[in-house]
Amino acid sequence: MLEALLYFVQQLLNGLTIGSTYALIAIGYTMVYGIVGMINFAHGEVYMIGTYVAFIVIAGLTTLGVDSLPLIFLAALLISMMVAASYGFTIERVAYRPLRGAPRLLALISAIGMSIFLQNFVRLAQGSRDIAMPSLITGGWTFGSVDTFEASLSYMQVIIFVVTLVTMGALTLFISKSKWGRACRSCSQDLGMTNLLGINTNNIIALTFVVGAALAAVAGVLLGMYYGVVNPYIGFIAGLKAFTAAVLGGIGSIPGAMLGGLLLGTTEAMTSAYFSSEYKDVVSFGLLILVLLFRPSGLLGKPEVEKI
Amino acid sequence: MNRPLYPAIFAAIVTLVLTSMMLGIQLKTEGINLTLHSASEFTWYGIAGSTLAVFLFQLFREQLTGLVTLPELPSVASLLPEGKKGDRIKQLGIAFVIAAALIWPFTEFSNRGAVDLATLALIYIMLGLGLNIVVGLAGLLDLGYVAFYAVGAYTYALLSLYYDVSFWVALPLCGLLAATFGFLLGFPVLRLRGDYLAIVTLGFGEIIRILLLNWTNVTGGPNGISRIPKPDLFGLEFTKRVRCSAEDKLADACNVPFHEYFGIAYDPSYKVIFLYLLAVILVLITIYVINRLTRMPIGRAWEALREDEIACRSLGLNPTIVKLTAFTIGATFAGFAGCFFAARQGFISPESFVFIESAIILSIVVLGGMGSQLGIILAAIILTVLPELAREFQEYRMLMFGLLMVFMMIWRPQGLVPKSRPHLELASGDKPQ
Repeated sequence: MLEALLYFVQQLLNGLTIGSTYALIAIGYTMVYGIVGMINFAHGEVYMIGTYVAFIVIAGLTTLGVDSLPLIFLAALLISMMVAASYGFTIERVAYRPLRGAPRLLALISAIGMSIFLQNFVRLAQGSRDIAMPSLITGGWTFGSVDTFEASLSYMQVIIFVVTLVTMGALTLFISKSKWGRACRSCSQDLGMTNLLGINTNNIIALTFVVGAALAAVAGVLLGMYYGVVNPYIGFIAGLKAFTAAVLGGIGSIPGAMLGGLLLGTTEAMTSAYFSSEYKDVVSFGLLILVLLFRPSGLLGKPEVEKI
Repeated sequence: MNRPLYPAIFAAIVTLVLTSMMLGIQLKTEGINLTLHSASEFTWYGIAGSTLAVFLFQLFREQLTGLVTLPELPSVASLLPEGKKGDRIKQLGIAFVIAAALIWPFTEFSNRGAVDLATLALIYIMLGLGLNIVVGLAGLLDLGYVAFYAVGAYTYALLSLYYDVSFWVALPLCGLLAATFGFLLGFPVLRLRGDYLAIVTLGFGEIIRILLLNWTNVTGGPNGISRIPKPDLFGLEFTKRVRCSAEDKLADACNVPFHEYFGIAYDPSYKVIFLYLLAVILVLITIYVINRLTRMPIGRAWEALREDEIACRSLGLNPTIVKLTAFTIGATFAGFAGCFFAARQGFISPESFVFIESAIILSIVVLGGMGSQLGIILAAIILTVLPELAREFQEYRMLMFGLLMVFMMIWRPQGLVPKSRPHLELASGDKPQ
């Protein structure tokens, strides 16, 4: 009985760990959707690039002989956010801005093209094989053990929770208190009107892409260090998952994305623990279809009113 | 002159960050350690060059915009002759192309490899035309089109494996089953906005692939299904010897090899040519059916819905049903194509039905021009034959496809050969005053 309970708690913790990183990626989808009304398909690739940059920074600093863990971690986080933000900015500038105001289908196809391009760009630049990294942060707390089974919380998981919480807190403050955040909210309500009020909406849209990409990079650094493996194809499935999380929580709503991410991560962990790990993707996409069927506006989203 | 300087410096720095991190430094795993390698000197010159180019371009942007403009492609419709006489010429042209396609494999200009490649191109034409109904005509973005292709292929493979069903019986069943899948998936999703459809179909494609991969005792999992029989021609088979069970032999119900029936020597190229001709016929049927459909009320409803959903609703069209028909019919053609693909290949595995395939079919539709049949046929031929001709660029194929999609959307969203709609024009004399 106790063993079953511990097993459950362990799976819950694993699920929340993955879920919180999904939430970070999902915020990027939801912010862009809230303002421009399109799905940024290339977002998953930005996450993948963030992971690559983190690996490069970590390997570089280790070779240079830096052995302070916090320093390496912070450097990886900052540089990866910066590079990912540049990618986010450029993607918007090159593939989406010329198509603003065009039929939605065109922007969507352009986004998919961008996603395929980035994936293959990284494949050609870095090779298609898995790149593995020895884990930097090892160990953890064991908080309960029954003869055969031990439930534990690794330090890496704690770091993931803390970093995610701090990042989301900072984002919430940024959106609700700062001048730029106010402009973002105003853009998501009415882009044209915001423009009339003297706010450069082009800059705000670029800012949204930059912030979303930086958050995806945070997720990339965390998950990269957690799994210790990266290849050019991780962005595709992670992007799909994060989008599912965004829809689950209600697309356009930032708290919704956080909730959706945690829910999706937990569902996945439970599916792999109690059912079959091969079918965890099937379950999450099935969940997406069910949500769209019964509650298309998601858990926390507002129903969309069609404007004529 | 001072103003464009800062944006130019900014753009140059961004370019440097983008390229130097990914291209300039390479990660390698050596033993358990991760090491960094600098890229070749040549790559670094490339990075410096591109940074400089971006800087200069941004700096002199205003002066350059007048100089460099993208060429305007002439509209194909304007090149074709107009009027009754023009229709006659068009019909003759089409007849000539069909005749050439049918005779070509028997002439000296062809060889086995070329005929085989042409068959592959024909499969992509069929897929492109099918997806064109969904994306081009109805304006619904389907990113999981390959799932229906997979359903068709696996239907034939499994039916022939377990129930010994022949190709000709399986073909309609494949279309039917793919259509059923399209209907079941489309029913919940098509009430929603277009973007959701894109992502749900993408997820659906993954679901089908994962199921095929993991349902090992039925589908063979990653090993796939091999020895799928080739189609026969009225009981004549194109193999050297016919496999036949003892009971069938007694009942005299065995198929006969093609070459024995006609008393000629066995040649494996008969099979290749037969498959090619079969593909040509299937493509012709596809073109004919779709052409008829677009002229029917339902086809017009598809296009009307793509242009303005609200107007359609106010005219009494039920958008869900109209979209559902497009989605289902599109899936049917993918099912036919999948069935033929399984028969031609003789071996299928989930590897053939990954997302990249969907992306290739989509780029065919995008390059050819959404809604334009002629364009899609040309695009399918270009995109299947070019990578074969330039094998050293095989690596860069998907990179190019991605770039092509972005570029086409910005430069020429209507495709290389835009569709010309049947329309009425006022005669030049009685222009409204």
